[in-house]
Amino acid sequence: MASTPVIEARALTKRYGGTTAVDGIDLTIRRGEIFGLLGPNGAGKTTTILMLLGLTEKTAGTVSVLGFDPARQPLQVKRRVGYMPDSVGFYDNLTARENLRYTARLAGLGRDEADARIAEGLRRVSLSHVVDRKVATFSHGMRRRLGLAEIVLKQAEIAILDEPTSGLDPEATYEILNLIRDLKAHDVAVVLSSHMLDQVQRICDRVALFNSGKIALLGSVPELAHQVLGGGHTTVVEAEGADLATVLADIPSARRIIPGEGNTFRVLADRDLRSEVARRVTAAGGRLLRLNIEEPSLDAIYRRYFEDSRRAA
Amino acid sequence: MPSIDATSKTPAARREGSPWTGLGAVFLKEFADHVSGVRMRVLEWLVLLFGLAAVYSAIQDLRSVAAQDPFLFLRLFTLARDPLPSFVGLLGFLIPLVSIGLGFDAVNSEFNRRTLSRVLAQPIYRDALLFGKFFASLATLSVSLVALWLLIVGLGLLLLGVPPSGEEVARGLVFLAASIAYGGVWLAAAILFSVLFRSAATAALCALGLWLLLSVLWPMLAQFIPQAVLPSDTMILFGVPSVEQLQMQLTLARLSPNTLYAEAVQAMLNPTTRSLGLVFPQQMVGAVRGTPLPFGQSLLLVWPQVAGLIASAIVLFVITYVSFQRQEVRA
Repeated sequence: MASTPVIEARALTKRYGGTTAVDGIDLTIRRGEIFGLLGPNGAGKTTTILMLLGLTEKTAGTVSVLGFDPARQPLQVKRRVGYMPDSVGFYDNLTARENLRYTARLAGLGRDEADARIAEGLRRVSLSHVVDRKVATFSHGMRRRLGLAEIVLKQAEIAILDEPTSGLDPEATYEILNLIRDLKAHDVAVVLSSHMLDQVQRICDRVALFNSGKIALLGSVPELAHQVLGGGHTTVVEAEGADLATVLADIPSARRIIPGEGNTFRVLADRDLRSEVARRVTAAGGRLLRLNIEEPSLDAIYRRYFEDSRRAA
Repeated sequence: MPSIDATSKTPAARREGSPWTGLGAVFLKEFADHVSGVRMRVLEWLVLLFGLAAVYSAIQDLRSVAAQDPFLFLRLFTLARDPLPSFVGLLGFLIPLVSIGLGFDAVNSEFNRRTLSRVLAQPIYRDALLFGKFFASLATLSVSLVALWLLIVGLGLLLLGVPPSGEEVARGLVFLAASIAYGGVWLAAAILFSVLFRSAATAALCALGLWLLLSVLWPMLAQFIPQAVLPSDTMILFGVPSVEQLQMQLTLARLSPNTLYAEAVQAMLNPTTRSLGLVFPQQMVGAVRGTPLPFGQSLLLVWPQVAGLIASAIVLFVITYVSFQRQEVRA
């Protein structure tokens, strides 16, 4: 099940007049994974999402969402796909329940069925206590959660979230990310777009890095790190009481040693060097203050990739 | 924008599913919004107070005259007494205002509240959203017009003490239908502006501007243009416009829905109206002046006017539909 593709796009292209917003991208998204469309604003993420939903016509290429063509069978697609737009809006003069009832009626649900699903959806996003409050009083974070409740209510097989965390405080961001993981746990394929690379790298199984309408990089974060940063592991060491530079230079498998602030060094190697470093520093009579493996950050990968491609050009 | 391509491609490439999916849901939600909204309350009170004032003064007149008029009841709608205009005169002003008030933010408010893409991501076509909004506004307008109509008939019954004849009721109903069609024209225009302009204030201003142009400026232009385009000797010698000038003037004036509505109402509520155009003395040979036309003949007389109103509403709605389908949903 985990490998069934739910979204397949081939050479998908969108042109507005003379400008190309999306330039021949290929995507395969599988059931039960969280897929991130990452990149700066205006890189073509939202346009891609709108084409997946059939809300905007593609210029060229093919898309298949759960086996349907979004441009020709939009109702079939939209019945099975939940969408939360960038800074999602609700009718302020209606309560949370009334807003969701409208969605349920548009989705063609019966009244009793709708009420049961609304209660379940609001419980999942912990908004049960404000069900009869006007949405006008809701914070940004609550509105996003209501947007996720709408996706739960539709029992969508795919959830497409456009910038789900932008403009939220850390606490609200944390809640939203947890709810996205919860969607995945319910076997929903999640596609999310974001320009906050480090925020979403934690929850994405695979990411596609967009750059001016093209997918620059595609894969899981460790894969990309290997591909772009070229190298396995970075160990960060801080110690005192020993000449750290010479100690580290003696390690045969260390490929590169980068001095940092004070007595901090970064050691690049193909494998995990922590035990080796610890042994040698203590043997030299030094006192270890810090020793850890640096997680490859998407931000670093992205910046490095563009530096490389600029240098190549 | 599936519907535009649907016609241009092979049948296999047509979009699937009914464009009416979700129409009921949109209609009910918009109707509920209108009926419970503050704006509707204000507009209703406006219509009600002006209508009552006009009818009340008409009744004062009718009582003092107490003429042997076979169409006493219809006078309720048409009698004017200074300083108040007649009830139909007021409606000619108020219906466009109410329609614009109901429609000017129909689509752009969805953009501004950022609800449009979320609603369109539900399994409905854009058709359902636009039709639902138009019909809900039209239904709101119709409900208040029917209520007003019944109120006036009821007041007439109480204050005049004379029941209306069957023909008067029939003429009144045609008048009501023409009023709703007239409202439909302005509603379609207001919704068109709400699609074209993202800012609700701009849309409202444009709709009101169009209304002012057609109700104030256009009648004057319709008078002056023929004199400029078709110079005639009669105008220079006697200061009287020629037949050609008068006919052109009438044609120009009828481009405005206001004229069409006024003519339809006049022919329906004044049964003695024999023609809405020019009448020459030789055409009146054998006619008994001042005798009313039968209902069927009056209906024939107003038929082109009512059809013209409905047609302009449809044309405006089609333009709205096409521009809405072509619009990008991203804000």
